Amino acid sequence: MESFFVRFKNILVLVAVLLAQTISLAIQVRRPVESGAPDSHPVTLMRYWVVSTVTPLERLSHGIGLTVRNAWSNYIDLRHTRQQNAELKLEIARLRLEQAAFAEDAMQGHRLQALLAFKEHYVTSTVAAQVIGTSGSDLSHVVYIDKGSDDGLKPDMAVITPDGIVGKLRDVFPHTSQVLLINDPTSGAGVLLATTRIRAILRGSPAGSLEITNLTPDARIKPGEAVLTSGGDQIYPRGLPVGTIESVAPDPDHTPYTMIRLRPAANLNQLEEVLVITGTESTLPVAAQKDLAAGATTAEEKAAADEAAAEAAASSAAQVIQDRLPSLHDPAHPDTDVAPPTAAGAAPAATAPGPVPQPLPALHTDRYTPGATPPAADLTPGAENTTIENVTPPPAATSPSKPAERPKAPAPNQ
Amino acid sequence: MAIHSYTSRRELEQHSFAPVVTIFVPVLAIVLQALLPRVFPRLSILELPLIVTVFFAVSRRSPIAGTLTGAAIGLLQDALTNQPIGVNGMAKSVIGYIAASIGIQIDVENVTTRLLINFAFSLLNSGLLFLINRRLLGIPNFHLLWTHELLRAIINTLVALPIFFLLDYTKRRE
Repeated sequence: MESFFVRFKNILVLVAVLLAQTISLAIQVRRPVESGAPDSHPVTLMRYWVVSTVTPLERLSHGIGLTVRNAWSNYIDLRHTRQQNAELKLEIARLRLEQAAFAEDAMQGHRLQALLAFKEHYVTSTVAAQVIGTSGSDLSHVVYIDKGSDDGLKPDMAVITPDGIVGKLRDVFPHTSQVLLINDPTSGAGVLLATTRIRAILRGSPAGSLEITNLTPDARIKPGEAVLTSGGDQIYPRGLPVGTIESVAPDPDHTPYTMIRLRPAANLNQLEEVLVITGTESTLPVAAQKDLAAGATTAEEKAAADEAAAEAAASSAAQVIQDRLPSLHDPAHPDTDVAPPTAAGAAPAATAPGPVPQPLPALHTDRYTPGATPPAADLTPGAENTTIENVTPPPAATSPSKPAERPKAPAPNQ
Repeated sequence: MAIHSYTSRRELEQHSFAPVVTIFVPVLAIVLQALLPRVFPRLSILELPLIVTVFFAVSRRSPIAGTLTGAAIGLLQDALTNQPIGVNGMAKSVIGYIAASIGIQIDVENVTTRLLINFAFSLLNSGLLFLINRRLLGIPNFHLLWTHELLRAIINTLVALPIFFLLDYTKRRE
């Protein structure tokens, strides 16, 4: 018996090691937990030991890299800084105007939401964190950040960047946390197609792409459509950008569903800094309310400025017309000149009717001279035209209510 | 003329490593494996822990040591992922065992042999991960792109040669 173990000790050790790991795998997989949930205590403990060993080195490396990069960008590479500053100021001005434009819509939206008793969740507090490492495997899409439970982080908190959602916290250690990216196969999120307003479930794939596989074919879904979080998963607040649809094709594995692939809004392959959402509220945060009020004020100011500019432009146009049409002036009655349009838009002619412009008297009358043609009622079909010798010039100025007397047309058989 | 029996040849070429090297090199490989893809995402194709496992296994020429080294490195690697612990542990245990068994039979100091074993073990690692995920864990949508795995094997083979050369300096003859 002893010789058996001595003789086959190598293979026996291998079998024992494999058996132990298989049992360990079976225990971990047997747990009836949803995918992406934190591990059991012993597994978490083992991960904690390894993470505690590895992350100090990662922090050190990250810190050195950050120091070198900051030294370069803050002290050495300052070319074009003034130009960038000027461009940023212009950008701020443009964004203020945009904010003003959106503020009205936002306020209206809030009023309507209040009327409908609709519960919205706004991000009220976030914790900024640096990405210090990855899992090191392209089969497992997780990253490590330099903040943990000591900073108030908890499992299942959403992680975002200004571009879009990144993932959620999985394992949280005292000074480090593991972020499960949305493109991991065990990850999922409730999403909403922005244009068509179709709700769907987003999943990661082993290849690291984002997929929606629970929708049946719909001609309205087209590449390029934006996808937002729906808020239905209770992890990601509603309305955050997720990505854009890249392709729509039949899913060969799940007929008749479609395979919709997305391009993530956030660059998941090269994350530097992320925000962990630590708190949401159903009312707008104070800072956002102030921004909204500032936007509304700016909108009012802009509207007033636009109105004044329009008024000035109209006044200028009226002046130009007045200058170009001297007949509008009546030297005899300068007070009855056409007044410029008022701000209220009331027609000046309606309140103070001016003189009706009259042409100057003709020096040599002909049949085209105003008043030279007899009324149509006095004309006889087939008769000869009136001779111009009989035409008398009209008076210089006549009242519009009293038409000038016209010479009578000769009788047809005269 | 010196006569070398099988046993004496094996004993002559067995190497050991200082405890610092035994611990520091695998940890460094895992740290680099976790750090490099953050800076250069395409470097996630590398498998530095596998290269280190193969190196220690073929240098020590002990299947038990190879198995345990592979298991330890694989488990450390698993602990940093969100996968169940044991996936890489099992794959690298098998690779450590086979690498050590091959190391007894053939000359692993040769460059051509090193190229071949690294290429073969990289493909074997991919195959074992596929089997464990697909069959043992029952993940139905787990697919491997074999062209990608072939590329991974080629790149790891090229990277392994200079690493083996550097690690040769840490060997301690018994």
